[in-house]
Amino acid sequence: MQQSRGLQNTAGTEKELSPFLGPELNYTGISEKLGGIPLTGLLKTPPGWIVAFIIAFTLFVVYLVSIYVLLLFGVGVWGINIPVAWGFDIINFVWWIGIGHAGTLISAILLLFRQNWRNSINRFAEAMTIFAVACAGMYPILHLGRPWLFYWLIPYPNTHGLWPQFRSPLAWDVFAISTYAIVSILFWLVGLIPDFATLRDQAKNRFVKTIFGIISLGWRGSATHWHRYEMASLLLAGLSTPLVLSVHSIISLDFAVSQVPGWQVTVFPPYFVAGAVFAGFAMVLLLAIPVRAFYGLKSYITMEHIDVMSKVMLATGLIVVYGYSLEIFFAWYSGNVFEEYLLTNRLTGPYAWIYFGLIFCNAISIQLLWFRAVRRNLALVFIISIFVSIGMWFERFVIIVMSLHRDFLPSSWDMFIPTVWDYSLYLGSFGLFFTLMFLFIRFLPMINIFEMKMFLHQAREKDHLREEAAASAQAGD
Amino acid sequence: MTTNSNNTSLDLNAIRARLSGSQGQQLWRSLDELADTDEFRELVEREFPQGAAEMTDPVSRRTFLKLMGASLALAGISGCTYQPRQYIAPYANAPAGWVPNVPVFYASTFVLNGYGSGVLVKSLESRPIKIEGNAAHPASLGATDVFAQASLLTMYDPDRSQLVLKNGQASTWEDFTAELQNALSVQETSQGAGLRILTETVTSPTMADQLNQLLTTYPRAKWYQYEPVNRTNSHKGAQLAFGEDVDTLYDFSQTKVVVSLDADFMSPGPGYVPYSRAFTNGRKVSEEHREMNRLYVVESTPSTTGATADHRIPLQAHKIDSFARTLAQRLGVGSAAGAEFTEHEEKMLDVIARDLEEHRGANVVLVGEHQPPELHALVHAINDALGNVGSTVNYIEPVEVRPADHYVDIADLTSEINAGLVEMLVIIGGNPVFNAPADLRFDEQLESVNFSVHLSLYVDETSSLATWHIPAAHFLESWSDARAFDGTASLVQPLIEPLYAGKTVHEIFAEMLGQSDQSNYEIVQTYWQSQLDAPFEEAWHNALSLGLFDGTASPVKTVTLQGSAVGEFVASESEGIEVVFRPDPSIWDGSFANNGWLQELPKPQTKLTWDNAALMSPHTAIGVLGLNIADPNNPTINDYEGLALSNGQMIDLDYRGGKLRIPVWITPGMPEDSITLYLGYGRSKAGRVGDGVGFNTYALRTSDAPWFGSGAEVTNAGERYSLVSTQDHWILEDRDASIYRVGNLKEFAHDPEYLKHEIHHEEFGDAEHEQFSLHPNAVYKYNAWGVVINLNACNGCNVCVIACQAENNIPVVGKAQVAVGREMHWLRIDRYYSGDFDNPATYLQPMACYQCEQAPCEVVCPVAATNHDREGINNMVYNRCVGTKYCSNNCPYKVRRFNFIQYTDIESPSLKLMYNPDVTVRNRGVMEKCTYCVQRISAARIEAKERAVQQGDPEYIIEDGAIVMACEAACPTEAITFGDLNNPESRVSKLRAEPINYGVLTELNTKPRTTYLARINNPNAELETE
Repeated sequence: MQQSRGLQNTAGTEKELSPFLGPELNYTGISEKLGGIPLTGLLKTPPGWIVAFIIAFTLFVVYLVSIYVLLLFGVGVWGINIPVAWGFDIINFVWWIGIGHAGTLISAILLLFRQNWRNSINRFAEAMTIFAVACAGMYPILHLGRPWLFYWLIPYPNTHGLWPQFRSPLAWDVFAISTYAIVSILFWLVGLIPDFATLRDQAKNRFVKTIFGIISLGWRGSATHWHRYEMASLLLAGLSTPLVLSVHSIISLDFAVSQVPGWQVTVFPPYFVAGAVFAGFAMVLLLAIPVRAFYGLKSYITMEHIDVMSKVMLATGLIVVYGYSLEIFFAWYSGNVFEEYLLTNRLTGPYAWIYFGLIFCNAISIQLLWFRAVRRNLALVFIISIFVSIGMWFERFVIIVMSLHRDFLPSSWDMFIPTVWDYSLYLGSFGLFFTLMFLFIRFLPMINIFEMKMFLHQAREKDHLREEAAASAQAGD
Repeated sequence: MTTNSNNTSLDLNAIRARLSGSQGQQLWRSLDELADTDEFRELVEREFPQGAAEMTDPVSRRTFLKLMGASLALAGISGCTYQPRQYIAPYANAPAGWVPNVPVFYASTFVLNGYGSGVLVKSLESRPIKIEGNAAHPASLGATDVFAQASLLTMYDPDRSQLVLKNGQASTWEDFTAELQNALSVQETSQGAGLRILTETVTSPTMADQLNQLLTTYPRAKWYQYEPVNRTNSHKGAQLAFGEDVDTLYDFSQTKVVVSLDADFMSPGPGYVPYSRAFTNGRKVSEEHREMNRLYVVESTPSTTGATADHRIPLQAHKIDSFARTLAQRLGVGSAAGAEFTEHEEKMLDVIARDLEEHRGANVVLVGEHQPPELHALVHAINDALGNVGSTVNYIEPVEVRPADHYVDIADLTSEINAGLVEMLVIIGGNPVFNAPADLRFDEQLESVNFSVHLSLYVDETSSLATWHIPAAHFLESWSDARAFDGTASLVQPLIEPLYAGKTVHEIFAEMLGQSDQSNYEIVQTYWQSQLDAPFEEAWHNALSLGLFDGTASPVKTVTLQGSAVGEFVASESEGIEVVFRPDPSIWDGSFANNGWLQELPKPQTKLTWDNAALMSPHTAIGVLGLNIADPNNPTINDYEGLALSNGQMIDLDYRGGKLRIPVWITPGMPEDSITLYLGYGRSKAGRVGDGVGFNTYALRTSDAPWFGSGAEVTNAGERYSLVSTQDHWILEDRDASIYRVGNLKEFAHDPEYLKHEIHHEEFGDAEHEQFSLHPNAVYKYNAWGVVINLNACNGCNVCVIACQAENNIPVVGKAQVAVGREMHWLRIDRYYSGDFDNPATYLQPMACYQCEQAPCEVVCPVAATNHDREGINNMVYNRCVGTKYCSNNCPYKVRRFNFIQYTDIESPSLKLMYNPDVTVRNRGVMEKCTYCVQRISAARIEAKERAVQQGDPEYIIEDGAIVMACEAACPTEAITFGDLNNPESRVSKLRAEPINYGVLTELNTKPRTTYLARINNPNAELETE
């Protein structure tokens, strides 16, 4: 199974086949390296992982405590009020769901576009998507005044004869998010099946072997299997692709459908999608750079990957900046006193520092990425990614809180001051995210084994053909 | 149970006290319950007291299982617990005409500062649940003040005193009467030389009769009156002017010009509703009626009256006297004061004098109660000179039983105690330990009296220093009577048996007179039997059902002005900063401090809740606090935002020997170098709600300067305090056309449509504009409810806010929650400032759900919890709401309120009784808002349908005016009108057709059902250019 076409498989060619592949890679090496991480015995778990996991799990406990307090006393433990009835809850919801988008973009759209360099980061990005959606998905439930009744938003036949109100964007959210979560999980799981089989074959421990045996669903690598697998992947990729655009578009409609100045903006759907991809790539980079260093995966996630991802970040970032400038233009062009004041308030109001923070993070800091040297400087890319993550969080704060806190009637204007429980639930959601993330990189192959091998093979094939062509050309001379 | 006898120590005294403190009918199950021991509670709470014990014993576990099996088998037959014997009232013999859940209204009288105003109390299943005004009563005219509305909560207050206390220990009424008789028998020998009675202002005829009898029985006894808010100055002023005591009545119905000299006649006090209404009726303009009166206000503290004024002059309180004297001189009364005025003030004086002259006999000059007697006398002379007496100003015999100088009374009493002359002191109501002038040290004196009694609703500061405390019956629990501002007498009748065995003043006096066999009812009835003509029964019943004794209003009295009325101007010393005391608009003199509704009520001008503060003008604050603003010489209203950050800065006030640390609240419209302090805060024994709220300003109030005085030392204390207001932003941000429209009479009279044209032109130029919507308008076949609010009539007095709170079970959230912007008032009054920084125009706008035709809240609710009904009301389905809060975000008016945590008290048993059963009590996590009192609409619809069925009509008709919303009913100025927009003849339809009718933010196409009539001012043409 690990051999195909009889190419040598033990030693690397020591020749750069593609900028996205380390020169020392070979088939066995890939399996052993990538399969080896999940198959490491529990007692041999790297201490670095243990420390990181303990930190993540502690934050996860903070998350649970925050939810407990929230359910006990109600959403009043947060800083929300009238007029700012949505605060960190919805900011974090939009932020997390935005982060998820990069994963789907990488696994689906780049698959359809045959961007094979994605192979080394897609598993990782997909996992990130799922965990981010899990983090995001909790917020709409928790933000309800009576969260135990969240199922009333789901259309189900009931004796009251009551349905959700389909005119409400919040009812659309339910479909958008649940569809997104289901498709993402399916896509991820299907992609894992061949690798589960590899791990089953590699595992020495009987128990581990059995587990992977069960979850690999009898995968034997037959041509039929591969054929069906390819077809299923393609279908799921086809399903996911519109989701990349639709989910965040629908979430942007939560705002765009309303009539709050600063929310009622027609540019929101594409602007939100771009922002989501922007934030998502920042998060992928934030995760990939340390993991790559820690597990020595430099041959798998190469500088070329970092470079390409930085370019995507720059491109989407510029779209977002275009959105910001349009907002300013509209405020002026509308001649509408409420829209005009919105801009005044952003620039000079009590939260102006957040708006300027947003501009610095999302518009100014990314300009460095125009330079190749910066894109290939891990430290700088890492720092810029942090700025982008913060900037995108600021952006949601600007949209949600700054629009609500001073809307139509000056009499109802008020400030939103987050409480300790606002912060703890946000921090705690990192706990949920990283707990899942660390479990994932420890117990599942974080880079797609078979796709890496396929990628290597294709590169070699290409190289082989190139050599042959060169040889024949020489011969022809 | 053997263990019980070992562990339980029954405190027999406590039980006795508890028993006598409660009513005879209260049931108790065992002595343990009476003593309310922990053992008893445990016994009640354990489900299987016997069975659980069995489980620990292995031998008898089998027995237990057997028992369990048997009881399970028997459970279906008989139920397994023994029910204690209790009595329930099945109403097999219901009172005549009693229908479950149909409210009955009883006429009674609410008394504030001794003066009565008629109320109708709504009673459901024998529980009073809402207080309305009594339209037949001259002091009510169907409306109320905030205190009458909120007194309902006081009655049900779980913190009310429930026990007779002797030196703070539980005692009984029997013990008290025994000791009282002992003490009285001593007094009998000395003809009552050591007996003193201290009451508040008394107008009650029955109480007067009893006091008379007491003073006859004990001729050397003395009766004193003290109340911190009283009418001493106006009585003394009348004495000066006429040589006799008279009360003044004003008739605003025909007045053209009103000049108020620090007189806040549109705030609670005698004649509040009739004066507000008559005055405001003269300001309501329409296409047909293009005339209105003009109001000049000279005042030392921004007030509801000042907010209504066409011209307002802020002036330090002590300068008002010289202002009035100069004005009088220009009218030919007396000589000038010789004081200096600014150019603007001089011009105002000229203009006011001319305006008054031009409308002789059709104007009123009023003076505030807190201005000195000499000024009152002068104003009598001015009114006389202007020919107002007999037309707009009338005099009657004083309503009070014995008009007294309250400060002299309390000072005399204190010095008598000090001299050891007082052996027995009976204090009826009031709270002199808290609110007596600080220089008298009444608290120290009270403790030295051997036998002192305090009858009070709460165990307050005075009760805890008195020998005896007797729990008082609330006015909703007692029989009594009172007289109104015009002398009309009416009865106080109880709605419910005293919840906590409270006693009335009449019962105490009867006990003192040896008439203890008479019940409260008999005392009052017996008195009136002697007053009313036969047949007594009929007259009595008429008085009870009508709510007043017909024809008891005092006749107009002719008085002659004495030569001394004008008096001489005495230049008052005016050094340093002036301090002005005012009763608090929310908690009055402090007696309502434990009332959560009132504590949370935003004060009309400052919008402060849960605190009082030192109100001062921006300039004074800049000086006192040393603030920096960009251009201190020429500040604008926009600078207020920056200055407001200094609100809550603590200052130290050193004034007449008293010291007080109090936070600053910068109040545009305050005169320079003046600080206004509201009374009543800083209570230490008010109850759980009122304790420690605010700052005790009585600490600075002395008997020689009860209302204002100069010479305060103010220093910045360098500390901060968190003051909480419900409105942080104070200006309209150039949104006037969308939110609050103001016009003036001259242009309105010329073209009533002018405001509309002006605004249209501003927005659209000359082009025609038609509002376009893709949504077809819904068709309302039956009724289409709507509301019009007249901004010219609203003075921001807050009664509607409290009425709404009482009607709709709106919870109180507390200071911390208001601080983060979570107050729950469905109806709020927005206040904006405009114009001059030092003397801005104040705009007040009542704001509640507009029931938009195209409601933005409805489309965004994912569970359809808020929907239109077939009459166009945007209803909340509370039990469907999951709390996404999206509706509130999308509401441009932000009138929705959310239960962020559990705000409603669903634990206190007495509060459960108070809730209106027709309105859902909302719990945590649910959105709520105004529904135009949909419960009242339903009640009227049911009634109309019943009538239609009885008369055989196929269609039911709800008459215009059959539905009155709680806010509308309570409004003293009838600013709110509710009705059917489908009926072109309804009042609301006609008002909506007025040219000055407009909706707020209509450019959003929300099509609000509530609209406003723009405010029209009537400035004097001579002053307009400024």
